[in-house]
Amino acid sequence: MVKPTQVTNSIRALRFANGEMTQAELARRIGVTRQTVIAIEQGRYSPTLEMAFQIARVFGVRLDDVFQYPDGTEEQA
Amino acid sequence: MASEEKSAWITIVVSVCAYAAYAVIVLGRAGATPLAEVPYASTMLWSIGGGIIASIVLYILVSILSFEKPEPKDQRDREIGRIGDHIGQSFAVIGSVVALLLALAEFPYFWIANAIYLGFVLSAVLGSVAKIFAYRRGYQTW
Repeated sequence: MVKPTQVTNSIRALRFANGEMTQAELARRIGVTRQTVIAIEQGRYSPTLEMAFQIARVFGVRLDDVFQYPDGTEEQA
Repeated sequence: MASEEKSAWITIVVSVCAYAAYAVIVLGRAGATPLAEVPYASTMLWSIGGGIIASIVLYILVSILSFEKPEPKDQRDREIGRIGDHIGQSFAVIGSVVALLLALAEFPYFWIANAIYLGFVLSAVLGSVAKIFAYRRGYQTW
């Protein structure tokens, strides 16, 4: 069974805040397919750290402005 | 739908159909004859060869008829591909180990060949199921 990630993201909001950037445009700028951007936005795929930094760089924000991890979450084995 | 996902669907359909056709033909020949004495080699080869050709033809047809512009593979496709191959490979290994044990126990060639063939079919089907599952339900690296 796929363990759901607790990492959330603000990519959708950031796209709209950046001139309503399309998923296709974001995908082109980070060098992936549109399906991958959709999967990341919906939390169905966690990108690599490098891709996460690329996404943050496209929007000109810090990594934790794009991806968030809930506070007080106990580490699970 | 990613082209790799389409490819996984084609692999499942073709593998299941080819193996089902093989099983129906060989079991149909059996009757009162012991299964290990039924002629199977040419049917198995036709099933494998036909499956490979059908996969190629179907993939070309789906690519031609698809309205979506094909996109090159990216990191997620490669990671999902690796997961699918990893899961599929384990069944190919299980089939090979079973075949090895059958050979050591001097079972008829029929059972050895069929153990290997079933291992390959399960490898293709379950590896593809894993890929589709990862595309549809998600795949986490974190």
